[in-house]
Amino acid sequence: MNKPATGSATPPPSRNIKAIVHQNLARRRAAERRFRGYGLVAITLGLAFVVLMFGNIISKGLPAFWQTYIQVPITFDSTVLDPQGARDPQALANADYATLVRAGMRQLFPHVEGRLPLRALGGLISSDAAYELQRRIQDQPELLGSTQEVWLLASAAVDTFFKGNIDRTLPEAERPIKDNQIEWLDKLKTSGKIEKQFNAVLFQSGDSREPEQAGIRGALMGSFFTLLVTFLLSFPIGVATAVYLEEFAPKNRWTDIIEVNINNLAAVPSIVFGLLGLAVFINFFGLPRSAPLVGGLVLSLMTLPVIIIAGRAALTSVPPSIREAALGMGASKLQMVGHHVLPLAMPGMLTGSIIGMARALGESAPLLMIGMVAFIVDVPKNFLDPATVLPVQIYLWSDLPERAFVERTSAAIMVLLAFMILMNGLAILLRKRFERRW
Amino acid sequence: MQFFLLLALILLSAVAYYLGRKRALTVAGGQIRNLHSLPSFYGSYTALWCGLPALAVLALWAALQPDILTNLVVADLPTELRDLPPDQLNLVVNNLKNLVSGHFVSSTTDPAMQAAAERYQNLRLIGNAALWVVALSIAMGGIAYAWRRIAPTLRARNSVESVVTIFLIASSTVAIFTTIGIILSVVFESLLFFRQVPVSEFLFGLQWSPQTALRADQIGSSGAFGAVPLFGGTLLISGIAMLVAVPIGLMSALYLSEYATPKFRAFAKPALEILAGIPTVVYGFFAALTVAPLIREIGTALGLHVASESALAAGLVMGIMIIPFVSSLSDDVINAVPQSMRDGSYALGATKSETITRVLLPAALPGIVGSILLAVSRAIGETMIVVMAAGLSANLTANPLEAVTTVTVQIVTLLTGDQEFDSPKTLAAFALGLVLFVVTLILNIIALRVVRKYREQYE
Repeated sequence: MNKPATGSATPPPSRNIKAIVHQNLARRRAAERRFRGYGLVAITLGLAFVVLMFGNIISKGLPAFWQTYIQVPITFDSTVLDPQGARDPQALANADYATLVRAGMRQLFPHVEGRLPLRALGGLISSDAAYELQRRIQDQPELLGSTQEVWLLASAAVDTFFKGNIDRTLPEAERPIKDNQIEWLDKLKTSGKIEKQFNAVLFQSGDSREPEQAGIRGALMGSFFTLLVTFLLSFPIGVATAVYLEEFAPKNRWTDIIEVNINNLAAVPSIVFGLLGLAVFINFFGLPRSAPLVGGLVLSLMTLPVIIIAGRAALTSVPPSIREAALGMGASKLQMVGHHVLPLAMPGMLTGSIIGMARALGESAPLLMIGMVAFIVDVPKNFLDPATVLPVQIYLWSDLPERAFVERTSAAIMVLLAFMILMNGLAILLRKRFERRW
Repeated sequence: MQFFLLLALILLSAVAYYLGRKRALTVAGGQIRNLHSLPSFYGSYTALWCGLPALAVLALWAALQPDILTNLVVADLPTELRDLPPDQLNLVVNNLKNLVSGHFVSSTTDPAMQAAAERYQNLRLIGNAALWVVALSIAMGGIAYAWRRIAPTLRARNSVESVVTIFLIASSTVAIFTTIGIILSVVFESLLFFRQVPVSEFLFGLQWSPQTALRADQIGSSGAFGAVPLFGGTLLISGIAMLVAVPIGLMSALYLSEYATPKFRAFAKPALEILAGIPTVVYGFFAALTVAPLIREIGTALGLHVASESALAAGLVMGIMIIPFVSSLSDDVINAVPQSMRDGSYALGATKSETITRVLLPAALPGIVGSILLAVSRAIGETMIVVMAAGLSANLTANPLEAVTTVTVQIVTLLTGDQEFDSPKTLAAFALGLVLFVVTLILNIIALRVVRKYREQYE
């Protein structure tokens, strides 16, 4: 196409043009290749960013799914736990389990003497170990008096050390793990008393100041309650709005305003919705701060435009012949919509809603405004308990300097991304399976 | 408590549906054709009569209960407490509420307060019991009323459909109320702010240090609320973001729509759009922990001073986030240019790149400008990336290696944490929110209008 026409029929003056064209051809082709190259570079860069981000987060977060445990011989000494011998559950719950852990560690290293070395020895084990022993006794009181080999959660510093993130060659003062501790850990390692196990704590507990005890369960439940509120509010209202605007509304100024309004709301920065939530829901209506209920309200206002726009697109794709057939059979307008148009548009509406919910799941800025950013240890149990959500938990952890928290932040991001991929995958599946071309 | 009442009402409504339907069939003598509407409409009619009035009562009580109870209890307080000035009375009421919910505020509880709290609890118990009785009897009454009205000539379908239509219309106004709510809340608080800080100082002042004095003679007690450094920081970071996003996004869109094979396009377009689905907090984490240290290292190696929270890091990552936004919007725009224009250009002997730069881009320019404007408004309103990766101190500079702060960062820092709600510090956040809302709104309106005009041109 780019080649100039060749032929003997061309008159003499065009020979001149032909020469000019030929002269420029190499330059033009080079320009063409360059332009194409720019395009390719741009798209490669874009895709490289995707790979880089995922690679970066997965490589940082993957180790967090395993946690270091130390096997310690624990003697459930009745004289310590139950001096009265009454086996009173209350007394057993309040007993001094930390002593047992210390005794167990001393049994492993009988030669350690002195207050500071003993404290360093105890520091290898997480402070959660005492609670772990307490749980065991509560589950099986018959353990009392026996000696068991128990796998106890190691402290975050030990865990970081075994994941290779603490340099042994550093001067001792700059290391969170000291020389004597390294010596003990190496001994434990060679005797097979150190093991990496699946990090169940991450999924079972709420937030904590100690990295090895911090988990995302609280944030996951908070996200669940918040999204439940969001879905229960935004889906019915969104579908109803889409149906009204598409099937019933007269074309007039009022509906025009609603339409423009919805399009603009879809582009309002999310943080402004947070301001709305703070001023209206919390200050004016007096709803509690940090509650999933308020978070859900704010997010549903944000998700509403997405659902409405997707819903209207789904409704317009249903051909008019369906409507005419229903009306022709004597259905009322609402029956026509309810029995025929809506079921046909439902897959498209659900797809749009799931994508909207996935966006709401990843949203954090407006939730910062309404106080869902507090340090909350307890797992929320209902819509009014103070809670945080997964992205906000990521934000909170990302501020903490410990290496173990960086790892956990990345792991939380992986969980969040997994949920988002799952939701988007579901949306694609719905679309593929139920989409009808008319 | 009220949750169980709600459940009871829903169950009762379900029962009402079956009762109504059965009743309709009975009055019709088993012949559906004798009825005006289908039997299910009579069922729904009964269910609505059962559920709606009771729900209204429930909602009303839930809204008014705290106020009514407080007033009743306050009226019974000893006179010396009741005659306190309003703000102190508020304190007393708050103490009372804490006492009621079982949080002990102070160890020394006044016997009068104790009595009042007990009275409050008693009243609440009575109120809730009364609510159960009233709501359930209204529901029963509704069923009875509908039951009596059901006759073959009753236009049940019309009644039910009008209720549904009202629900549809009400739903469509939620969007309007949201906008009104946003405007009212932001404007109202901003007006309070502008009463304390003049508008001109806010919009044109060069100093931003939102401190409020605890004592009048405190050092640095006068807070400065000049937002120009914030606007400058926002523009700097958004500008860097656009410098990254526009070339990459636009070139990707051009390559995908003009050069790429369908197979490559089918793979690359969704892959690029993954970037749009990643939560912004993830970008923020990436910016703060990976990109910012990297830029700092490179800068130090080159002998430059780079702040650890440089505008460059936040801007770069924000640019990455916006790439799919620019590319998919311009992709739509480029595809809307008629094929005949391309064919005309090829017929004249132009190469593909010449066609793109001389025909396609000029033709698509308005649409592309529109999509860039939308991307800019997105960049200005973006919060998490800058909160995590940009600085906190206001700094009026054009140097991308220094730390700057943005409007959204300041809104977040001013509003997280405990503050009283009427200090200029908190109110300033709403004024910033107002600016943000207005600017993004204007950008969006212009952009949407440009894009729409452009579409019409080729339809």
